[in-house]
Amino acid sequence: MTIRFESKVPSGPLSQKWTKYRHEVKLVNPANKRKFHVIVIGSGLAGASAAATLAELGYNVKCFCFQDSPRRAHSIAAQGGINAAKNYRNDGDSIYRLFYDTIKGGDFRSREGNVHRLAEVSVNIIDQCVAQGVPFAREYGGLLDNRSFGGAQVSRTFYARGQTGQQLLLGAYQALSRQISLGAVKMYPRTEMLDLVVVNGHAKGVITRDLVTGEISAHASDAVVLATGGYGNVFYLSTNAQGSNVTATWRAHKKGAAFANPCYTQIHPTCIPVSGEHQSKLTLMSESLRNDGRVWVPKKSGDVRQPQDIPEEDRDYYLERKYPSYGNLAPRDISSRAAKQVCDEGRGVGPGGRGVYLDFGDAIRRFSKEKIEERYGNLFEMYERITGENAYERPMRIYPAVHYTMGGLWVDYTLMSNLPGLFVIGEANFSDHGANRLGASALMQGLADGYFILPYTIGEYFTSTPKLLPSTDHEEFKKAEEEVTASTNRLLSVKGKRTVTEFHRQLGKLMWDKCGMARTAESLKEALEKIPAIREEFHENVNVMGDATELNQHLERAGRVADYMEFAELLVLDALRREESCGGHFREEYQTEDGEALRNDEEFSYVACWEYQGEGNPPVMHKEPLVYEEVRMTQRSYK
Amino acid sequence: MNLTLKVWRQKDASSSGRFVEYEARNIIEEMSFLEMLDVVNEELVAKGEDPIAFDHDCREGICGTCGIVIDGSPHGPWDATTTCQLHMRAFKSGDVITIEPWRAKAFPVIRDLIVDRSAFDRIIQAGGFISVSTGGAPDGNAIPVSKDDADMAMDAAQCIGCGACVAACKNASAMLFVSAKVSHLGLLPQGEVEQDRRVLNMVRAMDAEGFGNCTNIGSCEAVCPKEISVDFIGRMNRDYRRALLRNE
Repeated sequence: MTIRFESKVPSGPLSQKWTKYRHEVKLVNPANKRKFHVIVIGSGLAGASAAATLAELGYNVKCFCFQDSPRRAHSIAAQGGINAAKNYRNDGDSIYRLFYDTIKGGDFRSREGNVHRLAEVSVNIIDQCVAQGVPFAREYGGLLDNRSFGGAQVSRTFYARGQTGQQLLLGAYQALSRQISLGAVKMYPRTEMLDLVVVNGHAKGVITRDLVTGEISAHASDAVVLATGGYGNVFYLSTNAQGSNVTATWRAHKKGAAFANPCYTQIHPTCIPVSGEHQSKLTLMSESLRNDGRVWVPKKSGDVRQPQDIPEEDRDYYLERKYPSYGNLAPRDISSRAAKQVCDEGRGVGPGGRGVYLDFGDAIRRFSKEKIEERYGNLFEMYERITGENAYERPMRIYPAVHYTMGGLWVDYTLMSNLPGLFVIGEANFSDHGANRLGASALMQGLADGYFILPYTIGEYFTSTPKLLPSTDHEEFKKAEEEVTASTNRLLSVKGKRTVTEFHRQLGKLMWDKCGMARTAESLKEALEKIPAIREEFHENVNVMGDATELNQHLERAGRVADYMEFAELLVLDALRREESCGGHFREEYQTEDGEALRNDEEFSYVACWEYQGEGNPPVMHKEPLVYEEVRMTQRSYK
Repeated sequence: MNLTLKVWRQKDASSSGRFVEYEARNIIEEMSFLEMLDVVNEELVAKGEDPIAFDHDCREGICGTCGIVIDGSPHGPWDATTTCQLHMRAFKSGDVITIEPWRAKAFPVIRDLIVDRSAFDRIIQAGGFISVSTGGAPDGNAIPVSKDDADMAMDAAQCIGCGACVAACKNASAMLFVSAKVSHLGLLPQGEVEQDRRVLNMVRAMDAEGFGNCTNIGSCEAVCPKEISVDFIGRMNRDYRRALLRNE
C-alpha cells in the first residue's frame, strides 16, 4: 500500500484559503454532535483549548493528562509572550508580515497555507484570551501593551509579565473546568496514554494507565486528538518538564502515523549552563533579556580573569560583531550556534568552559539598576537562586539548551495525520514552524490549533466518513491492552543493574554530542551505531523497582525512556538524510563561507514523513514537497 | 556535604506512614532540593529499595506540582521559592532535614510525599472562570482595563495552585488560593459580571471539600512561593458579603 502525503491545502489565493475552507466545509448537525465522542490526550494550551472548545460545540469529550491537574502542563513555563498581528502599535505589522516572518524564521521549510492561517487566527486568540480574563499587560490608557520579542522588527508580542504561558494556560484550564463542571468533558488526571487503538484503519481509541492505581483501561471514541507536546527530553537535559515525553506520539507512530521532520529541534540560546552530573533539567532565562543584555566572551582563549577584570578591548561582543543589524537579538538558532562556536574555540566561560556572558553592565549604566530590576527582577532572582550569583554585579552566564521540537507527527491542512481519525495539535505536530520556531509563536500555534482550527476541521472527518464508534470489547482493544500490559511487565521483570536515569543520561549525552547544535554525517553515523547498543543494554540490564499495580514513578519513567531509545534512532536518521543545513538543523558540511546555514532548496524542500515498518525493519521515508506559491525562498540574513 | 534525611514513607492512601531515616552523601550546593532527592533515590534503587515518591514536573518554579514540607515549612527555608527552586546551599553538612507531605484533610496522601490536590480543581470548576465560549469575543482593546487593576489582577493570577498555603495554615484553610482566583477575575471588567455567582459557588465548594476557616494568621502568605497577599482574602470576604446581601 502506498501512502500519499497530500497537504490538502485549499487552492486559491493564499489569503483566501482558510476563508474558503471554512465556507466549504460540511457542518455536523448540532443535534448530532453529542453523538460523537472525542478523546483529547494532553491538557496544555493545545489540548485544553481543544477539549474546552469541542465540548462547547456539543461534542462528547474525554481529556487525559499525566499531571495531577490539567493546570500544570508545560505550556505553563513559557515566559515571553504570544504573537498576534493586531498592529496596535501602528508600526506596520499585518497578517502578511507575521506570516512572512514565520515562514522566513522557519527557514522556508513550513507550509505556506498553514502559516498564513496561523497568522490570520492570531488576532482572534488575543480577543478570546482577553474575554476569558487573561491579565495581559496594559498601558495607562487601559489598552493592551506590546513588546518586540525574539528579533521581530515590530512590536506584536502580548505578554503577562514573565508568565504569559502560565496565564494563557490558566485561561484554557478555566474554560476546560467550566466544561467539566457542565459534564461536557470527563477529565482524567494522573492518567497516561500507552497506546493508540486502530480499527479498520481509523484511530478509534486509546489504552491508558491510571498512574495512581496502575489500572489499564480501554477508551473508545470517534476520533483521537493528540496534544502531547514535544520530544526535547530525548536529549535528557532540556528546558522541558521532567514528565514531557514522546510516548503518545511514538506509539501512535508505531500504529501507522507518520513522523515528520524529527531532526528539527530548537536550541534556545539563553539558558543557565550545566553545573554538574546531578543536573536534572536546564532552566531557560527569557529571551527578553537579550533586549538589554550584551553577549560576550574574552577575545583570547584561556582567559581566566574575572569578567569585571577584563577590559573592553579584550572582550568580543561576537553577536554584535557578526550580525550588526540584529546584534544581540539574532534569532535563536543563529545565536545558539555562535555561542557554541566561541566555546569550541576555547573562549567559553564558567566551569567546564561551556558558557558565555550576558552582561547588563551597560544597560544599568544607561538606565539604572531600578529600571533593569523592574524589567527583569524575577529573572535575576531566579538566576541567583540557581547559581548563587548576583547578575546586577557580574554578568550572567548562559549557554544554549534544547527547548522545543519543530518536528512531530505529520498532519495535513486539517491537522489530521495520515491515520484517519487521528488529529495532532500544538507542539506534537510538525506543521507551522518549519526548521526553526520564532519566539512567542509556540503559544500562538497551540491556541490557534485548539481554539480555532481543529474545532472546524474535525467536523470534516465526521461528515466525510461513515460513523464508527467501536465497543472496547473489539479485538483491537483487547490486543492493544495485552501488548501494553506485556511491555510493562517486561520492563519490571528485567531486574538488571543500572537505573533508568543512568540509561536516559547516557542516551541524552550521545544525542547532544552527536546530533545536537552541530551535526556531521560522521557524528550521526556514529550515533546510529551506538543507539541500538544502548537500547539493547537497557532491555537487558535496567532495574525498574516496584510493581505495575501501584503508583510507580520509576515504571512511568522507564516506559518513556524505552520510547526515547527507539525514537532517538529515527531523529538521527532524519538528520543524516537531510543533507543540508536549515534552521535548527545544522550540518557542518553544509555552510556558507562565513559559517551560516546553507540550504539546498533544489533537493530538500520537502517534509520528510517517516513511516514505521515494524520492529527491526528500517523506516521508510515519504516526501511531501513544499510548494511555495506566494513567497520566494531566500537565504536568511540577519546581518 | 552529607546530610541526614527523615522522610515520610507511606505506601498508599489506606496505609499508615512513618518517618524513615536516610543518609544523603556527597551533596553539592549547586543541586536543587529535588536533585538531592534524585541522588538519594538513585542510591535506593541501586540497593534494591523503593525510591521516595514525590511530585514534580517543570522544576522551574511555575507548574505548582512540587511541594514538600521541609523542617516544618512548606517549600523549605527560602522566601518566595518552590521546592524545586530551593537549592542545597540553603543547608550545611551535618544538617538533619525532616521531609513530609502537605498535611490537610482535603489533601489526602497518595504515596510518600505525594498528596491528592484535586479539591483545588473542583473549586475552580465551581466557578473559577469567566463564562465565555470560544468565538465571538470583542476586540481585545474594546474593553479598557486600568493598569492598576490589571496589575493587581496579575498579582493574584500568579498563583500556581501548589497548596503550600493550605499546608502552612493551622486550619488547613484554602482561603488564599480561592481568594486569589476570585480577585483575579473580579478585578477585571470581563469577570465582574458574574462575580456574585462566582464567589458564592467557589466558597461553597471550598467548604464542601473540608478546608478550614481563615483566622487571620497570615502563614499562607509567608510561605507562598508567588507572594500572593492576604489582602486578597479581605477582598474576597467583602465580595462574599456583598454577594450574600444582593442574592439572598
